[in-house]
Amino acid sequence: MDLSLSTRSVGDRTVVEVGGEIDVYTAPKLREQLVELVNEGHYHLIVDMEGVDFLDSTGLGVLVGGLKRVRAHEGSLRLVCNQERILKIFRITGLTKVFPIHGSVDEAVAAND
Amino acid sequence: MRPRVRLPGPVRNLNLSRGTYMATVELRFSALPAHVRTARLVAAAVARQAGVDESVLDEVRLAVGEACSRAVSLHVRNGVAHPVRVRLTQQEKRFLIEVGDGVPTPVTSHADSSAAEALSLAAGANGSSGGEQTDDTMGLAVISGLVDDLVIGHDDDGGLIRMSWPIADPADIEL
Repeated sequence: MDLSLSTRSVGDRTVVEVGGEIDVYTAPKLREQLVELVNEGHYHLIVDMEGVDFLDSTGLGVLVGGLKRVRAHEGSLRLVCNQERILKIFRITGLTKVFPIHGSVDEAVAAND
Repeated sequence: MRPRVRLPGPVRNLNLSRGTYMATVELRFSALPAHVRTARLVAAAVARQAGVDESVLDEVRLAVGEACSRAVSLHVRNGVAHPVRVRLTQQEKRFLIEVGDGVPTPVTSHADSSAAEALSLAAGANGSSGGEQTDDTMGLAVISGLVDDLVIGHDDDGGLIRMSWPIADPADIEL
């Protein structure tokens, strides 16, 4: 399964809806999307991962890269994920301490830094 | 080169472990990211067939993907033209997966990667985009966190990651 990406604005936040598999083959597409958004001035991102079937460390690296980019502009990158198999990867790598992870897009939109 | 699956037969030119058991399936693929998914799917399918519990097949798929991604990255970085090697072996009570790269230097630099190390790399929010070391460390941290029986070493051809999972005893499977 390939990677699907779509973006929409909710208030001052930009929601990136991701579907499919994020791995060494598809992660560059997500990286390009995040870089493009930051370059366009979108510094408060919400990555909705509810449609993600598979995530590996390459995908984690891309999300970390995105976080660093928005932080350079005093922005934020929040994740939306309820899937245990995906959350487990964040826990294993300790990244639950780095990313705010929410149960829904609404919750992420309402959250303050 | 497209992925090639070798069914049981004479083991030639593949310098992975040579134990009592013949590999159930051997896979060699050129170091292209697109083939890593194929390796994941093959490994999960063979593991299921071998009797690995359904509840850990996601872990098998992820661990194999990480090991193959890492091998692909090493091949690309070091200009290695040889294929990445994957050997799947059904033993009596364990399902063994070996992923070999063709980079001669023994893997030691990040063999003790941990979540703490991955976290410290990730937390260095300095505006950079996260480089090869981050990916490599993160990948090994994921494998280390997933797999209880894990050996990161090397054979004559290069680095070798060996991992195994228990196989359900057929007597315990309800019909």
